[in-house]
Amino acid sequence: MKPEEKLKDNSRLEFLKTAAIATVGTLACGSLVCSCSKKEAPKSQKVKLLSPEGEIVEVDSDYLNHQEHMAIISKLEAREGIAGKKFVMVVDLSRCKNARKCVNACQKWHYRGEDTEWLTVKLMKDSEKGAPYWFPKQCFHCDNPPCVKVCPVDATYKRDDGLVLIDNERCIGCKFCMAACPYSTRVFNWDEPEIPDYIQGQPYSAETGIPAKIGTVEKCDFCPDRSREGLLPPCVEACPNGVFYFGDENEDTVTNGDETVSFTQLIKDGGAYRFQEELGTKPRVYYLPPKNRQFPVERGYEALPDKLKDRFRDVMEGSGEI
Amino acid sequence: MELNKYQQELFDKQRPTVEKFGAKTWMWSLFFLAWIGLGGYALYLQIAVGHTVTGMRDNVVWGLYIANFIFFIGISYAGAVISGILHILKVEWRKPIIRIAEMITVISTIIGPIFILLCIGRLDRLHHLFLYPRLQSPITWDVFAIGTYFAGSVIFLYLALIKDFAILRDAKLNVPKWKQHLYKFLAIGYRGTKGQNRHINISTNLMAIMIVPLAIIVHSVLSWIFGMTLRPGWHSTIFGPYFVLAAIYSGTGVLIMAMWVYRKMYKLYDYITDQHFVYLGYIMMVLGAGYGYFTFSEYLTDWFASEKWVSEVLEKMFNPAKYGWYFLYSNVFGILIPVLVVAIPFTRKPGIIALASTFMVLALWIKRYLIIVPTLESPLLPMQDTRMEYVKYSATWVEWALTLAGVATFFLFFTIMSKIVPIVPISEFGDKEKNPEAPTDATKENNSNPV
Ligand code: SF4
Ligand code: SF4
Repeated sequence: MKPEEKLKDNSRLEFLKTAAIATVGTLACGSLVCSCSKKEAPKSQKVKLLSPEGEIVEVDSDYLNHQEHMAIISKLEAREGIAGKKFVMVVDLSRCKNARKCVNACQKWHYRGEDTEWLTVKLMKDSEKGAPYWFPKQCFHCDNPPCVKVCPVDATYKRDDGLVLIDNERCIGCKFCMAACPYSTRVFNWDEPEIPDYIQGQPYSAETGIPAKIGTVEKCDFCPDRSREGLLPPCVEACPNGVFYFGDENEDTVTNGDETVSFTQLIKDGGAYRFQEELGTKPRVYYLPPKNRQFPVERGYEALPDKLKDRFRDVMEGSGEI
Repeated sequence: MELNKYQQELFDKQRPTVEKFGAKTWMWSLFFLAWIGLGGYALYLQIAVGHTVTGMRDNVVWGLYIANFIFFIGISYAGAVISGILHILKVEWRKPIIRIAEMITVISTIIGPIFILLCIGRLDRLHHLFLYPRLQSPITWDVFAIGTYFAGSVIFLYLALIKDFAILRDAKLNVPKWKQHLYKFLAIGYRGTKGQNRHINISTNLMAIMIVPLAIIVHSVLSWIFGMTLRPGWHSTIFGPYFVLAAIYSGTGVLIMAMWVYRKMYKLYDYITDQHFVYLGYIMMVLGAGYGYFTFSEYLTDWFASEKWVSEVLEKMFNPAKYGWYFLYSNVFGILIPVLVVAIPFTRKPGIIALASTFMVLALWIKRYLIIVPTLESPLLPMQDTRMEYVKYSATWVEWALTLAGVATFFLFFTIMSKIVPIVPISEFGDKEKNPEAPTDATKENNSNPV
């Protein structure tokens, strides 16, 4: 049972929120000091708090995370983006072993169920004889985004800092952007999304995508709310192998949490490419090809539960066609 | 209003239809209403529970609804293009059938857009389309194009109706008060003066000239919803003309079907003659050949170049275990049979042409489905999803119920309209003879065996 379910009492919740702000404030300060280093917020730690009745309650520290989403910015700011930035990501395919830590971290941070994968890991096999490799994929935040072009109400838009976001208070749910995105990035809320109560009441912001709304489209947002606080996106932080390098093209730096490198140098040395460059969408995500791999591809397959194994069975165990 | 001999004859013939609703009509209307009611319940579910009650999911984001949308906008071409062009060319034999054609246009232009609304997740935010319109989006183009087109076709239908309303108003029909008021209101004081007549004629000519390009724009814009995306099977330069041609083609088919039904139901053999079927058959044959040509060049180029992504879609079309049979049906009954039936003199009979049209219209509906679903089932990245409903689309009862409700609305509208206005326009039979090109003998012969 999740800790928040124990807390039916509203006044108790209010109190905890206040307490949480204090906790998070400390965490945020810490993160400013050791800017962009990962693992500063230990996961799944129990925190003891005092309830209004004077009882000591134990709460999962993850539950307190939501206060970080509270960064209140105006709709206009959410449309313009963070001044001076140009976000970019480099994904090193040679390091990925399908640990799926990124997927889970993303779902947790955005309060999405296990079926909703804004970030997903595909098993790719480019040619018949080619060796399969793991391919983490989120929104590419294309510079020539087909999804933005087709939106009839300007609900999905491109910002100056390179991000493509969705305003779920404006989206009419026509799904045209889903048909237009060639990378199957977007997901739709087919029914009422399951949202924890304490998230439900939060003011919506396109930068957080919280709370989710039925009948609208959503997708990976590169977590600009975290960037505003000097934090890395949860997928970058969670990856044990440092697959994701995230950073700013203007500053020419990207980091995977462990090392901070020059963006141009990284894509030059690694022979980076962008997925399906020929479609002309100009993605902001670069891939370093899966050569000199750190793990055999099977490592990411054998450890999977059966349900996930099924996804990749045809590529791993036979026909080979994708 | 004064009626000439032929008009009087035609009026007398249609008088009972307009005067009495009849038990049979009630039954049919209730039957259609029941379907619409079921559709209403399905719609309620879809809104209350969410789109999860449909078969649409993240890969196949559109399904039956969009196919219906294209289909209904397509058949609306019966009135717009067929009757518009025949009007511009002043083809005399068009007169008895234009009302049917224009009614098809108006009603299908209402039903079509309803289906695209069904695809929209947040109907409560529809006003955003006008609050925050983005001109770059093909959907915005569609909103404007279909809106204009609808207004245009209503005016076109109405203009042709005014004189008949005046006739009905003056005829002292044995109908309830409200209906008489309705006629009086809709006749907007038309008395048949020279000036009034001239105005109506000029307006009708203008509308006929406008409605044809409008119709072409509507379907081109519609096709661009697909053509503008980076998807195999959609991203094609010929999609505009291809859709337009398919639309006129299916419109002709529905017109022939409706003519056949009305002729039989109301014994209009003297007015809707065999010759009409033959002429429209010729039109259908030419369009069918053109449509076949487009289809052939579209698939041939895709198949010959055999790009990987495109081939994936083509494989689904050619594989009997996937969409192979549907594809075959849509081409045999959508192209070959209609063309052959009209080309061979032996089969060039109203009943057979009407039957071939029915199969053709169904084939074109399937074709629309085949444009939408297989493409969406072939994303660029491998799906690698274990949830079957995300991998393969299959429509749920909700979608079918709403589809049937759309078809039922179409029929219900026709049933009701035929009780309000004369299906064969009375006033159109000017001072000239009954029907200059009607070979009455042949009609009589065929009366005994209309099929
Ligand atoms: S990856 Fe898809 S959703 Fe993301 S910006 Fe590009 S087209 Fe849009
Ligand atoms: S689904 Fe929403 S975001 Fe996507 S195109 Fe439609 S209105 Fe825009």
